[in-house]
Amino acid sequence: MSYQAPYKDMQWLVEQAYQSQHLAELNSLQDFDLDLANAIIDEANKFASNVLAPLNTVGDTQGCQFENGQVTTPNGWKEAYAQFRDSGWIGLALPEAFGGQGLPKYIAQPVNEMWLSSNLAFVMFAALAQGGSEILLKFASDDIKARYLTQIVTGEWTVAMSLTEPNAGSDLGALTTKAVPQADGTYQIKGQKIYITYGEHDMADNIVHLVLARTPDAPAGSRGISLFAVPKYRVNDEGVCGEFNDVHCTGIEHKTGLHGSPTCSISYGDNDACVGELIGELNQGLMAMFVLMNEARLSCGLQGVALGELAYQKALQYAQERVQGAGVGGKRVAIVEHPDVQRMLLNIRSETFGLRALGYQIAALLDVSELSQDSERVRMAESRIALLTPIFKGFATEQANVMAGTAIQIFGGMGFVEETGIAQVMRDARITTIYEGTTGVQAKDLVHRKIRMDQGVAISQLLTDMRDDICAASQSKPYQRLAVAVDQLADVVDRILLNPNADTAKLDAVSVPFLNAMGGICCAWQLARLEQQAHLNHAQDNDFFGNVIALADFYSVYQLPLAQAALTTVSQEQNGVGAYLF
Amino acid sequence: MKILVGVKRVIDYNVKVRVKSDNTDVDLSNTKMAINPFCEIAVEEAIRLKEAGIATEVIAVSVGSSASQEQLRTAMALGADRAILVEAEGTVEPLNVAKAFAKIMAQEEAGLVILGKQSIDSDNNQVGQMLAALTKRPQGTFASNVTVDGDSVSVTREIDGGLRTVKLALPAIVTTDLRLNEPRFAKLPDIMKAKRKPQDNTSFADLGIEVKQHIQLDKVEAPAARQGGVKVGSVDELIQKLKDEAKVI
Repeated sequence: MSYQAPYKDMQWLVEQAYQSQHLAELNSLQDFDLDLANAIIDEANKFASNVLAPLNTVGDTQGCQFENGQVTTPNGWKEAYAQFRDSGWIGLALPEAFGGQGLPKYIAQPVNEMWLSSNLAFVMFAALAQGGSEILLKFASDDIKARYLTQIVTGEWTVAMSLTEPNAGSDLGALTTKAVPQADGTYQIKGQKIYITYGEHDMADNIVHLVLARTPDAPAGSRGISLFAVPKYRVNDEGVCGEFNDVHCTGIEHKTGLHGSPTCSISYGDNDACVGELIGELNQGLMAMFVLMNEARLSCGLQGVALGELAYQKALQYAQERVQGAGVGGKRVAIVEHPDVQRMLLNIRSETFGLRALGYQIAALLDVSELSQDSERVRMAESRIALLTPIFKGFATEQANVMAGTAIQIFGGMGFVEETGIAQVMRDARITTIYEGTTGVQAKDLVHRKIRMDQGVAISQLLTDMRDDICAASQSKPYQRLAVAVDQLADVVDRILLNPNADTAKLDAVSVPFLNAMGGICCAWQLARLEQQAHLNHAQDNDFFGNVIALADFYSVYQLPLAQAALTTVSQEQNGVGAYLF
Repeated sequence: MKILVGVKRVIDYNVKVRVKSDNTDVDLSNTKMAINPFCEIAVEEAIRLKEAGIATEVIAVSVGSSASQEQLRTAMALGADRAILVEAEGTVEPLNVAKAFAKIMAQEEAGLVILGKQSIDSDNNQVGQMLAALTKRPQGTFASNVTVDGDSVSVTREIDGGLRTVKLALPAIVTTDLRLNEPRFAKLPDIMKAKRKPQDNTSFADLGIEVKQHIQLDKVEAPAARQGGVKVGSVDELIQKLKDEAKVI
């Protein structure tokens, strides 16, 4: 079996997130209790392990083909998409009014994790459908909603997110795609976009491109960008697709990983016949796109968790089978017996566990922010989500790369050989720190927007929560170790990050180390909390909860000090970068 | 026609089975449980008969602990219309299960009962046959094809050396083999709907059945670990080892 959902971990961590965010108190979640969550996790696992996981290698080895403007997805993709769509998984967490299932985020999170573990390249369309629908729900006119949403939510059509241009990557303000207003209220779209995931494919009848473009008299820079719905086939008044909309795929990239996901170059309006419909207000496109961006960033963080899990499952299985070297008593043993291999396995296992706990907490917070009637709770949840989003995205994806590398190390020479499949995890993981905002972009967002512009409100609240937990469990070793790191973190935040006279260039240089420190501390915090819960539940399942306790101990000894080392770097922000002449 | 379909809660086939340290039974504490795979095939067959317009209602029935509700919900997510749980703690012997099914079959006036040929935990392969005897109705066991035609059902059975097709007058009992069909995956909307489908709870006492224990479980042991092999020098040595050591020829 190539992947099996970590059923028990998921079930328990969903329960922990549900309880710690008091989701039972939310009236609108009455019908969405933990029993339903478990039933859905169980069924989704069957689909992930039996249908999606076996296609993961196919996608990697075969890749997508491009010919005459057409993209052919790998064998089995089309059929799996149809099955995925017909099973109702695309509308998992989208409104019932448009054909979705309206599930809360806390249940959607483990389900999405399974999709991402079992076949990341395949399911890229799912987050696009989720994020794209949320944009339309929030910003589009009722007319556009009526004509587009049901088809997107039910998976009849897919969504592509068209931001990047050759000269506008992280700096979207530089984009030049044009949108010229027409007498009928629509716009003529003209321009080239690159890196468009599923911008063209053979799995659905229509593709709705959400395109960022400029109107002729728009202000320069990021304040002059508007968002348009540009379908591959025009959508008539009844929401039916008609004539071709002059949207051409001009090629697909040959990539390091994610071979099964077509990354397209798209040319809009080659024949001046590409119609776009404005979504939201003119020049407010970036704001609308940020809804999708935040969604995509959290989804990226979850990709880190998912790839860590996949790497762990493969590495553990190999370590249990591969006999090499002598153990205690001189007898040849499986390499899982060797302490150094155990250390590597625990690196992956504890990081994945802590990150999963963090990711599920964020999902539960999203439910609070969307469903709670208590405005103070909503405000607190929003502030916490805003702070954690760049940390989760940046740290989980950076760690996914580390974990994939560690898993290869466990495989030894066979890890460097493609046929074991572990190299695919490393290649697929490589993009996760880059797309949806690089780690550097996340770190700047964290330091400048989420901490300095926020005047330290959200981070102070987070530190207070951590310290409250530490005080409540003063006998716990993981908490004692965390306490030292939290003091260091608080000092760095107060003295350096919140210094009004700080040199922002110096802060930029240490922003990624700072993000990594925050990530490690957040994971150590989650694991320390879980350790306390594990002690309370220990008698129910000795093996499972004993292992949770062991993971918290391991993480606080082996991984947490890496966060502290990063804080040491941040505390010397005046040095290191800036003096060298390139 | 109503179809009764049996659903048993068993250890998930992906889980490595462990024996309790005191050898009294298999250790099921904190293990993942699932629908017995043969029962899943039975559910699928019943749903297909309903989709084909042959069955009017599919009723999933389980005999077991209250936790078996999870598996009944799964059966309803797959397409069963309602469920009946005969609550019983511990291991229930095949004869008692068959008696419960016989009662419910009569109560519901079911035209067809589809059961898994055996469960992957106890591997008895008895309930279907016992139910046929108790109800004095025909049985088609180890089915690899089921075709209902009017008031009879043709069942193709997998037997040693080939296939045998029997025609049974309804009501009848069918037990499923692996190749009968490939069960579907539950759709998300159906998982949500399953929560609202009706489920009745009953018990052996309610059904008027006196539970008698005929079997006592003495002990459970894990199979002996496999011994390492040896290379033999010649065919003669192999034959000699097969004769003297393995004692198979």
